Formats: sequence, structure tokens, C-alpha cells
Amino acid sequence: MSKDNQILEEFTSKEYEHGWSVNYEADEAPVGLNEDTIRWISSKKEEPQWLLDWRLKAFRHWEKMKEPTWPNVSYPKIDYQKLRYYSAPKQKSKPKNIDEVDPELLKIYERLGISLNEQKRLQGIAVDAVLDSVSVGTTFKDTLSKLGVIFCSFSEAVKEHPELVKKYLGSVVPATDNYFAALNSAVFSDGSFCYIPKGVRCPMELSTYFRINAANTGQFERTLIIAEDKSYVSYLEGCTAPQRDENQLHAAVVEIYAAENAEVKYSTVQNWFPGDKNGKGGIYNFVTKRGICAGDHAKISWTQVETGSAVTWKYPSCILKGDHSIGEFYSVAVTNNYQQADTGTKMIHIGKNTKSRIVSKGISAGKSQNSYRGQVQIMKRAVNARNFSQCDSLLMGNNCGAHTFPYIDIHNSTAQVEHEATTSKIGEDQIFYCNQRGIDSEDAVALIVNGYAKEVLNQLPMEFAVEAQKLLALTLEGSVG
Amino acid sequence: MLSVKNLHASVEGTAILNGINLEIKPGEVHAIMGPNGSGKSTLASVLAGREEYEVTAGEVTFKGKDLLELSPEDRAREGVFLAFQYPVEIPGVSSTNFLRTAVNQVREYRGQEPLDAVKFLSLMKEKMKLVEIDQKLLSRALNEGFSGGEKKKNEIFQMAVLEPTLSILDETDSGLDIDALKVVAHGVNQLKSKDNATIVVTHYQRLLDYIVPDYVHVLFNGQIVKSGTKELALELEEKGYDWIKDEVSGTAV
Repeated sequence: MSKDNQILEEFTSKEYEHGWSVNYEADEAPVGLNEDTIRWISSKKEEPQWLLDWRLKAFRHWEKMKEPTWPNVSYPKIDYQKLRYYSAPKQKSKPKNIDEVDPELLKIYERLGISLNEQKRLQGIAVDAVLDSVSVGTTFKDTLSKLGVIFCSFSEAVKEHPELVKKYLGSVVPATDNYFAALNSAVFSDGSFCYIPKGVRCPMELSTYFRINAANTGQFERTLIIAEDKSYVSYLEGCTAPQRDENQLHAAVVEIYAAENAEVKYSTVQNWFPGDKNGKGGIYNFVTKRGICAGDHAKISWTQVETGSAVTWKYPSCILKGDHSIGEFYSVAVTNNYQQADTGTKMIHIGKNTKSRIVSKGISAGKSQNSYRGQVQIMKRAVNARNFSQCDSLLMGNNCGAHTFPYIDIHNSTAQVEHEATTSKIGEDQIFYCNQRGIDSEDAVALIVNGYAKEVLNQLPMEFAVEAQKLLALTLEGSVG
Repeated sequence: MLSVKNLHASVEGTAILNGINLEIKPGEVHAIMGPNGSGKSTLASVLAGREEYEVTAGEVTFKGKDLLELSPEDRAREGVFLAFQYPVEIPGVSSTNFLRTAVNQVREYRGQEPLDAVKFLSLMKEKMKLVEIDQKLLSRALNEGFSGGEKKKNEIFQMAVLEPTLSILDETDSGLDIDALKVVAHGVNQLKSKDNATIVVTHYQRLLDYIVPDYVHVLFNGQIVKSGTKELALELEEKGYDWIKDEVSGTAV
């Protein structure tokens, strides 16, 4: 084995850091999926009839659908009847605010490095913590509510702000949109809800931290972000899961609605358990994320750092309906060992003078497969639409794969669409050059990879950029040797 | 400081170095000259620890340590610096960030505290002046889109920052016009001291007008066939390498 490959090997064989789990008493739905399961979840959450009907409609549609086979990934068939669709830690009484949350649950987040204690937290970020199927607490609610910003769990929003939920739920990602979105619509248990009123610039980052703890349980959360005219919000989600031998399903839906002149920045640092070195276990991350720039001059920007999950299927997209609206997608997707990722974006230009920008950086190591799949669609009415796409792939070692599937669909001759793509390898030359200056191979790879991903990492809020850099290095640790 | 004894090395089974002997003391400048394919760059690479080259016999001691036992990064941390003939591009990584990582890893190895941003920047500033390099170059991605001259200047700048005991300049003059050559040579001369030594690997005598060697060695077929003072370089310039080749084959017959 050449030195280069040895370095790569060692660098990628680092163990997953968040692989522990905790025992707590849980409220669980019976295993299996049928209309009764859905009724059980809905009644557990004391939901109104309209929501139950919405779920059942989605379920009936889902039953007629087929799991998609077009992504460039392979995994054993999922038996949806063997999964559990709801699991929630039992809390003695419903906490009114974060101080009343069971300290044992707060400890889980402390251990993940996320303090839910408002005094201890940095002032800049409010957190909604979702454990398995429910939200265990949201911080800084009071501070935010003074500005009219609503940031709470989805269940709470259904109770407190039913008119908003009813109006926007399924408006961007319809219940019948695709197989996993339909499944999510039927069984979703919790998630975050966020509403920024007209003219308000949200003073702190809003973030949701998802943690799967229970075994054999799927996580189906739903996030809904509504930004009214001239408002701004930056939102961040993070995720981890215990190390288990079985695969676990995570099928989430995120919907973003941006009105005139509104701007929403959505950043994800995804670090679900990726499976072990031999490809055993790991999360199936089948997620539908979509935003609509409904008003003129609206802007939605997706940034994702994808390092975890055994299989990823995810295309955060923008519907650019308003004239002069802007969609952005910045992505770093790292796959290692036996991970598979099929990820990218869709930019749908409907309005005039709409602009989109796609920067995708794939990094494949080990025996993994990494695909970029992106669609740029320019509709008839979209006069002077512009798109710029850049898709780069970085390969580490000789046993991984990088694939690019760009689709461009243009119905207006005034469109300007550019696509650039590169594929490169971390060379022995680069590593030796670093070594010769006194830098060991592991740090050399971290340096090279972070340099490669810089354009995307720069989009993240400062402190998360630092975290993401460390995570990149950690994910690839052991892949050099 | 450096003692090379009977060094043999091969790449992919082909012998390139066939018994090199070389003694270098602190404060000295040695030039290694020779025709293309004589093994000059191989010698530089073997000393720096490049993996593709297999040492098949001989020994190298550096400041009393067995150099061949050390990993490439440890050789660097011990004070061996190679100015590359073809410096490598690392996209997205600024020279500043790269050098700071390097400096602090070297310091850690030597049991020194890492330099904080302020101290590091003042070190950079001081060295920038010394080798006359533009600050703009250092905020750009390492060697990416640099001209040949800029790349070589940057190598000398890195050398200035890392303050090695033994610097090996591998064909640093290749691809440089006369002005760039003067700047680079000036930088190297500024860094010379009684405690460090320099090996200048070059094909042409031209560079040696500016970096004046104490000794000149001629490499041919993987062996040092002739050693002398700087006058030897002038003689080579005048007569070409054929003269050495004839002399060597003459003695062999």
C-alpha cells in the first residue's frame, strides 16, 4: 500500500463520537404502521380533527406510492411494519419552560455539548431540542416573543397558532409530494416551528438540535419556517444518533416560506451515525427540504455540511416564484467507509430576473459513493433568469466513487445558465509538501479538505463554521495513512 | 551537521544513487551540480524523506541523529528544509494559514508554546521584509495561480519563517528570470549564518554567481565524481558536462 493510501486509511477509520445512548422511560407507539398508528399519534398529541384528516389523507396516498429507486444508492428494503413511529421520553408534567425540563434529559444535550441553560448559553442562539419524537424544550422563547418572533416545537404551534400552521403546512412540500414526504406527513411527531413577523430581523440564530436515542424507531420531524415581508432569520439544525447495529430511518420535511423582501438562511450540520467501519448500522437520512421565495426580492439560502448517515437522499430546493428572488445552495458532503450520499438541489425559476447559485463540494473516502444530483429549471415566464452551478468532487484513495448528475431544463431563451465541474484527488505530493514543512499527515489532510470546502464553510455562522471544520477533520480522520 | 556515507537509493527498482559521500559543517554552502538525470533531485528528495525513493544502502546522520529513521515531518521539525523544484498548489489554503500550522507543529515538537496570532503575524512581517515578498501573495491560496517566480519566492519565504538548520534548494533557479533570481538569491544570502548550512542543487552555474558556494560537487551516474571550490563551477560552465563524463569514463577504462 502506498503511503498516501495508508494515510487515507488511518484518517478515515476514526470512530463516531456521539455513539452513546441513554435509558429512560418512554411513551411508545406500538410497532407497525396503519391508520390506527396515525390515530394513536394524533390523539397522543391532542391534535385537532383537521390535522388528523390531513395525516390520514397523506397515509392513504403513501400506501399507493412506491419507494423511489432512482437515487444512486442501494440499501436493503425497509420493512415499514417493523418500525416504531413514536417514542417520547416520559416527563412527569409538561414543562412550561426550559427550567422545568427533566434534568436527566437536559444532561443528554449537555453531553452533546449543547447547553439548554439560558444563562450558560451564548447570547446569540436560541435552541429547540428534539429527542426522538418530541421537543424537550426551547430556549429564549420569552426574549423572542417580545419581538413577535414565534419559535417553538411543532406540537406547541399546532395548539397555540393553529391558523398559521393550517395556512402553511404542506404549502411548500405537499403531503403527497414524494414517498418519504408522504410518510412524514402521515406520522410526523414533532419538529420546530418558526414565524418571523413583518419587518423583524431575528436578533439571534435559531437552531434545532435533533437527537435520536430510541432503538428501532424512526424519526419524522417537520420544520416550518415562515418569514413575513422584509424579515430576516438565520436558522441552524444539528443532528446526532447513537451507534446501533440496525439501520434507523430518519425522514424529515422542512418547509420555508419567504414573503416579499424576506431572507432566510438555513444551515445544517448533519452528523447522524454513519454506520461502523464495515458499513453496519447507520441512519437512512431521507429528507425533503424546500423553500419558496413567494414574494419579490425574497432570498433563501441553504448551507449544508453532511458528514453522517449511512445513506443520504436529500435535495434542499428553492422555488423562485417572486420576481428578482434569489436561491442559493452551498453544500459539503463527505462520505467515508461504506456511506452513500445522493444529494444536491433543485432551483426552479418561475419569476422574472430570478437568480440561483449552487456550490457543491463532494468528498469521498474509504469505499463510499458520493453523488451530486441537481436540477435547474427555467420556466417560460422567467425572463432573464440566471444560474451558476459549481460541482467539485474530491477523492481520497482508490476505492470510492464520485458521481455528478446535473439536469438543466430551460424554457426561456433569455436564461443564462453556467455549470462548472471538477474532480480532483488529494495527492501524495500535497501531503508530502505539508510533511516537509513539519505538518503531520492527518493535519495535512484536514488542511487540504478544509481549503477545498472553504467557500461553503464561509457561509456558516462563525462558531458553527469552526465546529464544521473540526467535524470534517474528524469524519475523515483515519482515511489517510 | 550532515554526514552522508555510501548512500544508495532506487526508485521502482532502478538504482539512482550509487554511493554518495558528503560532509557538511555549519556555516557552509555546498553546490551539487551535474547533468540531467545524474541524481541531483533524487538526493534532495531522499534527504527530505520522500516515500517513493528506497534507500538500499548507506547512512545519513543529521545533528547526530539517524536521519533515515525519521519521518518526513520529523526531519522538517529537526531543521531540514527542502525548497521544492515544483512547489505544490493547495487550493483554498492561504499561505498564512499553512505556515502557521507548520510553525506551531514544529514548535510543539521542540517543546515550545504555540505562537498566537499576533506574534505569528509579527514574525511574518519581519520575514516578509527580509525576502521582499508581497503581503498580497500570502493571503492567496498556497501557490495557486502563482507565477514560477512567485512560487520560488514563496519557498524562500517559508524557509525564512521556519529557520531551518539545513536548507536544500532543489533547482530553485529553474524557470526564473534574472531579476527573480537575484531576489531569491538575496533572500537565501540574508538567511545564511554560522549555524546553518545550505545545499544548492543546480544544473547551471548562473545561480552560483549570487549564492557563492564554499564547495562544489559534481554528480554523475549517482556518484560524486569531482569536488572542488567555486572555480569548479566556472570550469563546468565553460567546458560543459561532457568533460566530466569523459574524465569519469576515462578513469574507468
